[in-house]
Amino acid sequence: MTEHAYLIVLLPLFSFLTIVFALRWKEQVSAVFSVGMIATSLIMSIMVLIETLGHQGDYYAAAFSIVELGAFKLQLGMLIDPLTAMMLVVVTSIGTCVEIYSIGYMKDDPRFSRFFAYLSLFLFSMLGLVISDNFFMTFIFWELVGLTSYLLIGFWFEKKSAADACKKAFLTTRVGDLGFIVGLLMIMYYCGTFNYAEVFTMIGAGAVPSGIVTILAIGVFCGAVGKSAQFPLHAWLPDAMEGPTPVSAIVHSATMVAAGVYLVARTMSIFIASAEASMVVAVIGIATSLMAATIALVQVDIKRILAYSTISQLGYMIMALGLYGVDTANGHHSPGFYAGTFHLMTHAFFKSLLFMGAGSVIHAVHTNDIMEMGGLWKKMKYTAPVFLIGSLSIAGFPLTSGFFSKDEIVATTFGHPVFTVLTLLIAFMTAFYMWRLCFLTFFGEPRVAHRYEHAHESPNTMTYPLFFLAFMAIFAGWTGIPALKHGFASFVAHGEGYVPHADWVNYIVSSIVGLSGIGLAYLMYIKKSISADKIAEKFKPLYNLFWNKWYFDEIYQAAIIDPIMTFGRWMWTFDGKIIDGAVNGMATLTMWWADVKMWIDKWIIDGAVNGAGFIVRMAGSVLKYLQTGRMQFYLILSMILVIVMILLKFEIAHINIEWPSMTVIFIIAVLALSIASRFVSEDANQESENEK
Amino acid sequence: MVAYLSVAAVLFSLGLFGVLTRRNIIGILMSLELMFNAVNINLVAFNKFVWPGELTGQLFSLFIIVVAAAEAVVGLAIVLLLYRNWQDITNDNINVLKW
Repeated sequence: MTEHAYLIVLLPLFSFLTIVFALRWKEQVSAVFSVGMIATSLIMSIMVLIETLGHQGDYYAAAFSIVELGAFKLQLGMLIDPLTAMMLVVVTSIGTCVEIYSIGYMKDDPRFSRFFAYLSLFLFSMLGLVISDNFFMTFIFWELVGLTSYLLIGFWFEKKSAADACKKAFLTTRVGDLGFIVGLLMIMYYCGTFNYAEVFTMIGAGAVPSGIVTILAIGVFCGAVGKSAQFPLHAWLPDAMEGPTPVSAIVHSATMVAAGVYLVARTMSIFIASAEASMVVAVIGIATSLMAATIALVQVDIKRILAYSTISQLGYMIMALGLYGVDTANGHHSPGFYAGTFHLMTHAFFKSLLFMGAGSVIHAVHTNDIMEMGGLWKKMKYTAPVFLIGSLSIAGFPLTSGFFSKDEIVATTFGHPVFTVLTLLIAFMTAFYMWRLCFLTFFGEPRVAHRYEHAHESPNTMTYPLFFLAFMAIFAGWTGIPALKHGFASFVAHGEGYVPHADWVNYIVSSIVGLSGIGLAYLMYIKKSISADKIAEKFKPLYNLFWNKWYFDEIYQAAIIDPIMTFGRWMWTFDGKIIDGAVNGMATLTMWWADVKMWIDKWIIDGAVNGAGFIVRMAGSVLKYLQTGRMQFYLILSMILVIVMILLKFEIAHINIEWPSMTVIFIIAVLALSIASRFVSEDANQESENEK
Repeated sequence: MVAYLSVAAVLFSLGLFGVLTRRNIIGILMSLELMFNAVNINLVAFNKFVWPGELTGQLFSLFIIVVAAAEAVVGLAIVLLLYRNWQDITNDNINVLKW
């Protein structure tokens, strides 16, 4: 199966093409077809995973060239190692859930089929990115992911906010991609190849100067910063909520944002070679995580809270990977690599669960504002429990997926006290804001009556995927527990295998942190023994800072967008005045020159032509008098000519004309001329008579 | 030989004068016959004095007599038609091919 893994990637593409070209008007058929394709991909991914489990340490690689320029080759290829196999299953399983969910959620949408086509293309891009064996192919699919997320976020492009959001997402990630391209070009320049294995071998062997490695690693990381919405390019992700909820679910869990983390994990060998670059990664990760968690504390839009929690969790993963790079570069053991990838997997499940649950809630009450919800537990018999499971998982409640993976991340930070403290603080805040959300949405009294009245449970196509994801949200993490010998850890490991660490202290600390966060939320929003408003009042500046998302949008507006717009206007003026002036001047000059040429044509060329005609007419008007109509006149003329010719002939031949002949000719000539003159004068007389 | 050629020259000049001066078309035709015969005399004379053994000149003059007869027939026919259309055979008045 592994050698046919490319089919996993191609099936969604096939689905996309089929829907676009054949099934566009058959909505139900196209949905079922696209679900069938991605489900087949899922089954094949599971088979690949099982085979990969069978031969550990080995990986499968195959490639073919699309462009060969001497020694340089551009290849499309696949690399199936444990990380790839794991990601394939995560992407396809969440993809399947999201597509099934979309059948219910997107019902009655006028572009129903197109939505499934886009989703299929999106999954194709992400799977291609996952399976890629070289930087070049990764970059192609990287950009495809960007493009399709643009299409999906802007799916309801009639809404201005959605159209703005997709532009923002596309342009912001493009900033990061610039760094990625710089990194790629440096890799090409110093290594001469894009292939992962070859690049890693060369960098590992020290063939590239260490300063250069740092720069190119940061370049590659820039790409990840854009895609994974890390500080300072995180601003697009909350706005990406404007897309349909299934899109949010898939963008925030298994695809778009996962791509950045996956890229860092995939190119870990580069980061290991540079402790400095890894430190940058770790610091960016923790800064992002902290910032996003504080913003999530005060937001009221259910999807925005989840969006900031995604940014925060992604920061976690990035930080874990960065710390792994730092520790390994310094010769220490670290669980960071699999902690990051482990959290990537568990987060994918519970975050897609939370998003789809939130979608279900929004579907029921038609608002995003949690302050207008409340008491929905009674109305939503299925959605509410699974949503709570997801919240437990992300809050790190003991024995859920999130608990185990977050625990590994906390373990990674041991040895870096500042990181440990901040990580635990973020974990506490995460538990608090998630349960604030849950309590406000599902418990307490309904705050807006008519919203509550109309609330209803969602259709089965929307709830069944949630059950599967809820199951995964609890048990996906069990692949990494000590009781199962850290199965995940020893499977998806970078370099040497799993390194044991103090599990139990860790578990206890995390549990306390998570539970206290939930407890605080309970006290504030259910018991109301601590007033949220009073705290907000007390820390007014901080509250404002968090409420306005640290003013990032405003800063970007003032620091980047406004100057660019001003510059653009200036350029517009420049264009209008100088460029257009030059163009118009050119046109004026041409017209003037054309006038000159027209004059020449009119007076000189036409003059010559008309002049020729005029001369002929003049000549005709003179010579016509020779045409007398009198036979004898013609005869005389021809006779005169004959005589002249004879004389000429004699003259040329130098023949002396004898006197008698000369006399005869002379007599004849005189005779002829006298007669001719008579005719001509007669004609003149006759003409004057006619005029009279 | 000079005598022959002189007779021919005088005859040709008379014919030419007649052609150029006669107003009557029939007169013109008659003058034309004179010019033909001047030529015929020339031919015969040259034949006799330059190539005595041969008959080319005589033969050619016979041809010319035949052709002149045919030409006279055509000419007289044209004169007849002119007369029918205009009741006139004075060439001065027949000048419709004027500019």
